[in-house]
Amino acid sequence: MSLLDLPGARERRVRTGGIELCVAELGEEGRPTVVLVHGYPDSKEVWTEVASRLADQWHVVLYDVRGHGRSTAPKPLRGGFTLEKLTDDFLAVANAVSPDRPVHLVGHDWGSVQSWEFVTVKRTEGRIASFTSMSGPSLDHFGHWIKQRMTRPTPRRVGQLLGQGAKSWYIYMLHTPVLPELAWRGPLGKRWPRMLQRLEKVPAGDYPTSSLPDDAAHGAWLYRDNVRARLSRPRTDAYAHVPVQLITPTGDVFLSEKLYDQLELWAPQLVRRSLDGKHWVPRTRPDQLASWISEFIAANEAAKENGGPVQNTAPTGAYADRFGGRLVLVTGAAGGIGRATAFAFAEAGARVVAVDRDAEGAARTAEMARLIGAPAAWGEAVDVSDEQAMEKLAEKVAAEYGIVDVLVNNAGIGLSGSFLDTTSEDWKNVLDVNLWGVIHGCRIFGRQMAERGQGGHIVNTASAAAYQPSRALPAYSTSKAAVLMLSECLRAELAERSIGVSAICPGIVNTNITATTRFAGADAAEEERLRKRTSRLYGLRNYPPERVADAILKAVVRNQAVVPVTPEARGARLLSRFSPGALRGIARLKPPL
Amino acid sequence: MASAVKDARAPDLRGFREVQSLAYACAEAVAGRLRPGVTEREAARMQRDWLRERGVRDWFHLPFAWFGDRTAFAGFRIPLQFFPTNRKLEPGMPFILDMAPVYRGFTADIGYSGCLGLNPLHDKLLADLEAHRELILHEVRERRSLREIYEDVDRLMIRQGYANRHRAYPFGVIAHKVDRVAERRWSPHVFGFGTQSLKGLMSDALHGHRDGWSPLWSPYQFSDHPPQPGLWAVEPHLGFRGTGAKFEEVLVVTDSKNPEESAFWLDDDLPHVRRWAEERVAA
Repeated sequence: MSLLDLPGARERRVRTGGIELCVAELGEEGRPTVVLVHGYPDSKEVWTEVASRLADQWHVVLYDVRGHGRSTAPKPLRGGFTLEKLTDDFLAVANAVSPDRPVHLVGHDWGSVQSWEFVTVKRTEGRIASFTSMSGPSLDHFGHWIKQRMTRPTPRRVGQLLGQGAKSWYIYMLHTPVLPELAWRGPLGKRWPRMLQRLEKVPAGDYPTSSLPDDAAHGAWLYRDNVRARLSRPRTDAYAHVPVQLITPTGDVFLSEKLYDQLELWAPQLVRRSLDGKHWVPRTRPDQLASWISEFIAANEAAKENGGPVQNTAPTGAYADRFGGRLVLVTGAAGGIGRATAFAFAEAGARVVAVDRDAEGAARTAEMARLIGAPAAWGEAVDVSDEQAMEKLAEKVAAEYGIVDVLVNNAGIGLSGSFLDTTSEDWKNVLDVNLWGVIHGCRIFGRQMAERGQGGHIVNTASAAAYQPSRALPAYSTSKAAVLMLSECLRAELAERSIGVSAICPGIVNTNITATTRFAGADAAEEERLRKRTSRLYGLRNYPPERVADAILKAVVRNQAVVPVTPEARGARLLSRFSPGALRGIARLKPPL
Repeated sequence: MASAVKDARAPDLRGFREVQSLAYACAEAVAGRLRPGVTEREAARMQRDWLRERGVRDWFHLPFAWFGDRTAFAGFRIPLQFFPTNRKLEPGMPFILDMAPVYRGFTADIGYSGCLGLNPLHDKLLADLEAHRELILHEVRERRSLREIYEDVDRLMIRQGYANRHRAYPFGVIAHKVDRVAERRWSPHVFGFGTQSLKGLMSDALHGHRDGWSPLWSPYQFSDHPPQPGLWAVEPHLGFRGTGAKFEEVLVVTDSKNPEESAFWLDDDLPHVRRWAEERVAA
């Protein structure tokens, strides 16, 4: 789908400084205008996916930067791409499409680099309402960043310099004369689309466009005209005069996240977001980008109407930059680890779907989640072992709330007692919830994630019992060992679709699981006594589920494979690798019940 | 003579009611004077001065004030952390005022939760405390063991999604006995607790130990006995991710056979009870 095939798309040409810019517009004109600026080597078509999502709500404007796509190139090329001239172009476009209202600016890569210039120079004041930046720092800020690290080179700063220095290899290449042009018009231009698909996971389609070799050859002058000049003599007044939203892809191979340390000094009204993804997020993560951009524009528009400063919409919890506005589904969310996890995500600003057999408990979790920062939260009563109910839930969630970004398969039940006392009914019950519940979740929601093709994360709650054998928990341990292996296999399979899978092995955590555990071979009274006794022992250990929840959020952010949480879980994990015999010895001990 | 109450069945309830409402009046007056920037120490000092001006000379314990996440006792490891600090009050912050004055020989021990400005989460916690007040009274009337009642309160908190924060108090108590105190000209206090009151508590503990009960209502074995007649200052304390709320007031337990008379709250005209009634009317 190309831009002009989108419903309601229209094109116009804007003349400025001896060249002609190709400008495309989507959406109703009366609405607030958002201008999307593309990077290098790109044309405005890089925004197709994002623009089509924004067009329902805003007046979306895209233009080909001079020398790119269907805009004409300056003559001569040298000196024709300075940031001053790019600012002229932007102002010409803004005046043409939105003469009497400031525009919201969004930039990716070089589009963001030039937009930083737009939002930090005097002559654009009053013409820009907000700026969303992704993968493109201000050259002036970058210059100061380098200077700071050169003048006081602590080991950490030297490391940061070297790290970014290595990531910037292509900038040095682009400064060689003629060769880049030859490469782009020759073999590189031909292979580039395939390289993007393979290395950047950009979906195949009609992007990049056929103008790529010319775009890339002309665009080399963006670097040659600006980089050396700005990095050696950065402006000292490069303060942003508009609110800025910074979206950092965590897997960007060209830009280090450290570049944005202390960005608050230059952009006082800064909202930080981070996204699991590589450099070309407008192609690989359009849903999330569109929703963050819309949210930011809406907040700024609302602030303008109220006449006050922009309210800080960002939540304050740990990892708020990462989970703000994302959709998280947690099973077993009426208590224990599930509830604590739902709350932790809520504090980070995520939208939460709390699923549990216990409808009242799930609703309660959702209610409290809303109170602590979730922009929206819902309670759903579903038994995870019921495949049809799970299918229905997935349909409902997809239709009403969207595709799940993070799935936490946490629901589980306890079963203790010797193997010989465990009936096949017991086995069925525990496997139905602990294993089949996870399988259904991964299969149904995992498929939705994979089909959307914009990444995601699945967390499965296994247990330290997954690798610590025990005579007291044969069925439970078996189910959890299966979950652990399922997670590992799934991780291998889904990696190519940018979906991470983590298995969490909590250990002994003070939750309600002990109060509902079935003790095989015990009569009702004895079972009640054992439940009380274990609950008390777990209470004495008193490891709070909140800390497991923190470990889960961390596991998602770092995409960890297996995460033992409590010290005993970590110890057992270590032993299972280096001294499994010791674990077998421990397995023979009778629990003190 | 530590205990001036000769007959536990007919304590001089009016005196206790008077001092309890005096203490709550103090809490409301001080809460009304809290502004951004006031520290915990200042708030504690305000309570102390207010009560001293009105004739309070002795304390079961000196006034406490907790602000912000200290209302949920976040990171409390040692009892010294209960004492007021220089933490400053900010808009939207929850706070708890807790004081136990002795007035004309009668003791009160109260806890007042509030917050500076709007805080929907804190409102929710306060509203959810009502179920605990009802549960405790109901189960005391059933003469359930104190330890069991403690566990039931715990379970209700877990169901509500909260953490039990009264577990942080010394001995993890949800309640303790209060009694009359002899009026002395000199009434020193150690670590914030009045020596006269401590003496009363110790003597109760000694007697209780012989008879199989304890003046401390805890989750431990020594509380595994039916409610002992007398006055209990009950203080369920909810915590939720850095926000805490509690109430504390006196529950009268008698050995009457009539359930209504076997246990009742000393006074129903208290700020938190009025607040719940208003909310019901509004709803």
